Formats: sequence, structure tokens, C-alpha cells
Amino acid sequence: MDTVLFIIFATIAVVSAVSLVLQKHPIASALSLIGVMGSLAVLYLLLGAEFIAMAQMFVYAGAVMVLFIFVIMLLNAGSEKSSGKSWFAQIAGLPLLIVFAVVMGFVIKRGFTDLRVVEFGSWVGGTAEHIGQLLFTRYLLPFEVVSILILIAILGAVVLARKEID
Amino acid sequence: MPHVPLSWYLILSAILFALGAAGFVYRKSVITVFMSIELMLNAVNLSFVAFSYQLHRIDGHIYSFFVMVVAAAEAAVGLAIILTIFKNRGTLQIDEVDSMKL
Repeated sequence: MDTVLFIIFATIAVVSAVSLVLQKHPIASALSLIGVMGSLAVLYLLLGAEFIAMAQMFVYAGAVMVLFIFVIMLLNAGSEKSSGKSWFAQIAGLPLLIVFAVVMGFVIKRGFTDLRVVEFGSWVGGTAEHIGQLLFTRYLLPFEVVSILILIAILGAVVLARKEID
Repeated sequence: MPHVPLSWYLILSAILFALGAAGFVYRKSVITVFMSIELMLNAVNLSFVAFSYQLHRIDGHIYSFFVMVVAAAEAAVGLAIILTIFKNRGTLQIDEVDSMKL
């Protein structure tokens, strides 16, 4: 059952990622990205990361992608024109991509020999309780720093998107 | 094979990262380039969670959570920058935004 679920959702993730790169229209790319994020949330659940899976659905597939689609529709972004300038990408892009994936796969296979076997439910560590305990004890300082970062990002977004820029 | 080896998750993460990098280099629309960056961040998150499973510690989940928060902040600021570029230039093609080119 684990294998079936992994293969189904890994296939959805890879197909959606390829579609993100190949689609001409930004809305189609954004919907493909939502497909990637949803299937990754299922994979997180298989790895026992309940809290991260839910945060992935809420924060990424919810908030961030709504922001993307909002901006795409606000700017009325059409299909992108293909400029014929990137001949290097046309010729060498796909071989380089395959070489990178194969090298990474080889390194992972050879470099990590004692990897575990993923069994759903054999380790449930990532509940909200565990995450919260660690987040408010050992990772308290990074948590506060990140909250200040979010505050600065909100201010920056408001200042940048004002009506008059100068 | 009844269960999935963890290396499959890592290889999936590598494939997604490679696709995101390819989209980042290959695409011409600013918004799609930005979405490719999000795809790369997601791939890294997957390998964080996978290594967290390997070590049976949830520190990787915390890092993944921080990556998510930073990505949300980055999306807000980046999309505001894209809005400003479109307002000042009237285009979303990264080829045409080249006033800092020598």
C-alpha cells in the first residue's frame, strides 16, 4: 500500500512539475504547482510529518498560491512569447537536466547505504504537540527572528506595492 | 517490495529540484521563474522531512517549517516587486527588464 501511494503521488508530482516548466500560460503553471504541493503533502503524511503536511496545504497550496493567482489575474498575464535567443538552453538544457538527475540519484544510492525503509505509521514524530514543544524550547530564538522577518516582509510588500513608487 | 526505501524520496526530491532549476533558467515570464523557485524550495523541504524520518528526530520538520515561513515572506515581497515592475515597465518578460545591463 505504501509503495502504491508513493508511486501514484510521486508520479503526480513529477508530471505536474514538468507541466509547470512546459506550460506557456502562467495560470496553467500555477495550477500545476498546486498539484505538486498537494502530492508533496501526501508524501509528508507517509513520512509521518502530520503537522508539516497540514502546513504545506494551508500555507503553500492555500495562501501562497492564492497570492500568485491573484497577481497573475491582476496583471492579466498572457502566454509568454518565446524569444529565440536562448539557443544554449534549447540544445543543452534537457541533457544537462538528465545528467544532473542521474548524478544525484547515483550519489544518493551510493552515499547513503543504511537508509531506513519508510513504513506508514511506524514513526509518528511530527505531530503538532512535538513540533510545538521543540519550537518553543530549543528553537525559540529562530522562531522570534522569523516572526520579525515576517513583519518586515509585510511592511516591505506594503511599501513596494504603493501607488506612487518615488 | 512491501515498503518504500527512503532513497526514493531523496531521488524524487532531486528530480523536482532539477526541474525547478530548469524552469528557473529556461522560462521567460517573471511569474513562472518565481514559481520555479517555489518548486525548488518544496524539493528541499521534501529532503528535510525525509532525513528527519531517517534520524527519527523532528528537527528536520522545524527547518522545513522555517523554510515554509521564509518562502511565504519571499512570495509576498517578490510579488510586490513584480507588481512594481509591471507598473513601471508594462511588461513581464525578463528579457525586457535589462536596464542594469552594461
